[in-house]
Amino acid sequence: MTTAEKYVTAAYCVVFGVVLLYVVIIALKVQRMERDIDKLEQERDG
Amino acid sequence: MRRIPLPVLATASLVLVTLALALVFFVAPNDADQGFSQRIFYFHVSIAFTAYLCFGAGAWKALRHLWKRDPRADLESYVAVHQGVIFGVLVLLTGSIWAKISWGHWWVWSENQLVLFLVLFLFYAAYFMLRFSVDPGPQRANLSAVYALFGVVLVPVSFLAIRLSQSLIHPQVFTRHGPNFGGWILAAYIVSQVAVLVLAYTLYRVELAGKLLDVRLRELRLA
Repeated sequence: MTTAEKYVTAAYCVVFGVVLLYVVIIALKVQRMERDIDKLEQERDG
Repeated sequence: MRRIPLPVLATASLVLVTLALALVFFVAPNDADQGFSQRIFYFHVSIAFTAYLCFGAGAWKALRHLWKRDPRADLESYVAVHQGVIFGVLVLLTGSIWAKISWGHWWVWSENQLVLFLVLFLFYAAYFMLRFSVDPGPQRANLSAVYALFGVVLVPVSFLAIRLSQSLIHPQVFTRHGPNFGGWILAAYIVSQVAVLVLAYTLYRVELAGKLLDVRLRELRLA
C-alpha cells in the first residue's frame, strides 16, 4: 500500500466511522425513548 | 406533502453510497496532478456542500419558526444545524488528511478557505451552547432561530473565500465556466454528491423522528 492509498483509506474510514457512530448513538437513544414511552403509557392506562 | 418512508431512504442511501465508492475507486481515473490522493475530493467536496446546505436549511426553518411560530420548525432547524455540524466535522477531518498528503501539513492557517470554514463550524458549534443554556420553551426557540439565521451569512463568505484567496493553495474546482473536470471524474463526483445528500437527508429524518419521540416523552412525563 502506498502512502497516498493509506491516507485515502484513512479519510474514507473516518467518514464511515463517524456516520456509523452517529447512527448507533441515535438508534440507542430512540430505543431507550421508545421503551420509556411504552412504560409511561402502560402506567397511564393501567 | 407525502414524505418518503425511512426504510426507502435508508436503502437508497446504501445503494448510492456503494455506487459512489465503486465509481471513486474502480472507475474514475487517477488525477494527473495529485494522483491517487485526489480521490478524497469526491466525498470531501460533497460533504462540504452538504454541510453548507444543512446550515442553509437550518436558517430557513429558523425563519419559518420566527414567522409562523411553528414549534416543529424549531426542532427541524435544530436537527438541520446538528447535521451541518456533523458534516462540518467530516469536512475538517477529510480536509486535514488531504492537506497532509498534498501540502505536507495537517492545517494551513494562511488559507482563507480553511480558516473561514473553521469559523463557520465553530459559530454553529456555539449554537448548541446557546440552545442548551436556556430552558426549553419559546425563549430558547426564538434565540436559537435568530442565531441560526445570523450564521447563514457566513456560508456564502466561506464558499466564496476560495475565490477571494490570494495564495490559491486550495484547489478551485468550480469556476464561472463550470467544473474544472469532466468524464468519469465528473460522473463520480455527481453520484457522490447525490449519495451524500440522500444520506444526510436520511440521517436528518432519523434524528427528527428521535426528537419528536423526545417531545412525546416529555409530554407523557408532565401528564
